[in-house]
Amino acid sequence: MQIFDSFLLEAVINGILLGGILALLALGLNLIFGVIDVVWICYAELIMIGMYSVYYAHNVYHWPLALAFLACVLLVAALGALLHVLVIRPVLGAEPINQLLVTGGVLFFLQAVATLAFGVEFKNVGVSLPALQIAGMYISFARLIAFGVALGGMVALYLFLKRTYIGTAIRAISQDRGIMPLMGVSPNRIFVLTSAIGGALAGLAACLLVLQYDIHPAIGLSFGPITFMVCVLGGLGNMVGGFIAAFIFAQFISVGGYFLALEWGYVLAFLFFIGMMFWRPQGILGGK
Amino acid sequence: MNKARWIGLALLAAAPLAGMGDYPLHLIILCLLWAFVYTGWAVMGRLGMVSLGHGAFLGVGAYVVVMGWNHFHISPWLGLPLALAATAALAFLIGYPCFRFKIVGHYFALVTLALSEVVRLIIIALRDYTGGSLGVTPKTALAKASWSLSAMQFSSKLVWFYVILMVWLAGLWIWTRVDRSMSRLALEAISQEEDAAASIGMSVTRLKLGVTMVSALMTCVGGVLYAQYQLYVNPESVSGIGISLQMVFGAIAGGMFVRLGPTVGAVFTLLLAEGLRLTIGHDIHGLDATIYGLMLVLFIIFMPKGILGAAIEAYEKRRRAPRVAPA
Amino acid sequence: MLRLENVSAGYGSFQALFDVSLEVNGGESVAVIGPNGAGKTTLLRVISKLLPASAGTVSMEGWPLNDVPAHQVIARGIAQVPENRRLFPKLTVEENLKMGGFLAAARARYAERLEFVYSLFPRMKERRAQAAGTLSGGEQQMCAIGRALMSGPKLLLLDEPSAGLAPVVVQAIFGLIRRICAEGYTVLIVEQNIRQVLKVVDRAYLLETGRIKTSGAAATLLASDEIRKAYLGL
Repeated sequence: MQIFDSFLLEAVINGILLGGILALLALGLNLIFGVIDVVWICYAELIMIGMYSVYYAHNVYHWPLALAFLACVLLVAALGALLHVLVIRPVLGAEPINQLLVTGGVLFFLQAVATLAFGVEFKNVGVSLPALQIAGMYISFARLIAFGVALGGMVALYLFLKRTYIGTAIRAISQDRGIMPLMGVSPNRIFVLTSAIGGALAGLAACLLVLQYDIHPAIGLSFGPITFMVCVLGGLGNMVGGFIAAFIFAQFISVGGYFLALEWGYVLAFLFFIGMMFWRPQGILGGK
Repeated sequence: MNKARWIGLALLAAAPLAGMGDYPLHLIILCLLWAFVYTGWAVMGRLGMVSLGHGAFLGVGAYVVVMGWNHFHISPWLGLPLALAATAALAFLIGYPCFRFKIVGHYFALVTLALSEVVRLIIIALRDYTGGSLGVTPKTALAKASWSLSAMQFSSKLVWFYVILMVWLAGLWIWTRVDRSMSRLALEAISQEEDAAASIGMSVTRLKLGVTMVSALMTCVGGVLYAQYQLYVNPESVSGIGISLQMVFGAIAGGMFVRLGPTVGAVFTLLLAEGLRLTIGHDIHGLDATIYGLMLVLFIIFMPKGILGAAIEAYEKRRRAPRVAPA
Repeated sequence: MLRLENVSAGYGSFQALFDVSLEVNGGESVAVIGPNGAGKTTLLRVISKLLPASAGTVSMEGWPLNDVPAHQVIARGIAQVPENRRLFPKLTVEENLKMGGFLAAARARYAERLEFVYSLFPRMKERRAQAAGTLSGGEQQMCAIGRALMSGPKLLLLDEPSAGLAPVVVQAIFGLIRRICAEGYTVLIVEQNIRQVLKVVDRAYLLETGRIKTSGAAATLLASDEIRKAYLGL
């Protein structure tokens, strides 16, 4: 995760581009939390599996990259649905904290499975995109694409939630779960579907990240915690808040990483986060 | 019951004298050490304050002491209070806003999780001093002697066994003290009804902060002992998500609502991990961890009260005597 | 159309309904009246399968609903306006109506039914882009009824439509219910406001502590001593 360039402006621009990815990551988690009331601690590990799937499809089985991407999105969507059916559904009635922890167990499990199946060596899809040179600054093309696609994905999700029957039902179920059957909606099916959509978003993120980063079983830890902070800062389940928080955090990481080391960017972001808790404990857009 | 307890303790204390090998003794020491740390976590965890960030306190404990010794020649005995002070400050920094603004449940868990990750990142970022991800070894004081009191380094596992046994017992004692120093009502109130607690005139913020301090400081002591016993730490083993979740799983697997639950959890998880490692070995890299992860998931789904919790429940049910579980 | 035979139900060890039998014929409007806690809402929850019956059968047009999951009851032509309206507060009025027409069969006729609901409640058309949570109590009740009508039900279940509304608004709501009955909908209404509801419906059942006490034509019940003394305070 090298976010370093020669100019501050470049760092700011890279921060904006990183913000797009973070916003996409936060969106999936927020969608799932908003609807099912469960935080997938293992969200970033689903992305990791997705990144491996791209690598194996493209580099080992020589599928065209586009097909590998498609397969990745579908695979992670299926994993998301599976996660809900196998792991979340049995604990839906249990203590909220058990719901959280069980996905923490899945985090361990997925990391271990990845180690078992793929080994600990770093892998890279080896697709190198040129850097764009604008006014003496170098902007990575991969990041530009990632930013664009992330925004596109978010707009698509927004339209889906706003325009379709299923999307409206997904928004409705987070407001009143109990009467959904009276509308002819099976909450169960909506949960599975939402999990699949959350998974698909993770898959999409995997496709974008695989262009920029090496793949290894612990790669999820590079994205997971920061995504949680973004979600909490934006207000869990609040998709707009998460979007804004993502860009704020990305600036801290990018600009902080420019002045100091990358890790300090994260530390600064966290300090900012603690400070924000005093000011706006329910998230930046929090009302109550 | 009381008698059985003393006999059990005496047997445990006498066990190493029977001349067991270094490896079993090592395992027992680790079990007791982690039992102490898990107990520390459960002191607050059982009140509904589920922290996923105790790795932060473990890491501060371990690294403050080792850094103090390696770079400033501060004896771990002096480093320990420094580490405790740093931990208290950190616990306050995170605990005060959370409890003051009623950041609970998922929010609290995620905030603390981020904390543990940040501590890990700070350790890595200070790689010039800490050795980064490669970890660090406290400068040895054992070159000429087999032990050094001032460096808190002992080559004899027997010494460590008795030290950590005492610490573990102290941990159980603290658990009981915390239990008694607050009325049951207060404890219940903290974990369930914030408003009810406020209405009977308790400062929930202060109570929660107090319990969090106790819990964090215990974990910090655990980190110090871990570093001094192992004579090696790295960021992943004492901070970050992995170890934080491991503490939570350990406590839950054993049963976080009963005093010996975290201990049972520590023994169980350690033996499971070690057993898997020995039977499967390193030939198939990751298989042991895979099974371990799978077992954790199954545990939370099917035995959320933990081994000891479930056992006590079954026992009580059979006796049909609705009594409070021994705390 | 709807027939309940010896239905019992409850929550845990608490039994709320004992051997309830009742019938609603096509085109009829029927009320279940009774005091608070008599089990009226439970009755509707059982019909909608939100709560399983512990004994007895509920059948719709001759088909038993025993094995029908809750979310498919509406596909059998039964729509419910739940107690306290239960709109989706952050969705707009129109989105709430859209949820009412979620069924695949209803989607095809969405525009037509939306027009019908708007003609019934012109106020809803004015407020269609407003969040449902910001509506007044009476408007929320209209929206809730409209939402139920969007599925094109054969039978409309209304749970305490007058609860929590000002007396003037209650009058208006009952006026609307009368219009809906006049449109040819079959209606089963559960209500505490006995005097008002008996003026609207054809027949009524009196439910007390989970048992059907008596039943008959609305006018007869309204005139009966039992009802007048116990519930109308006359």
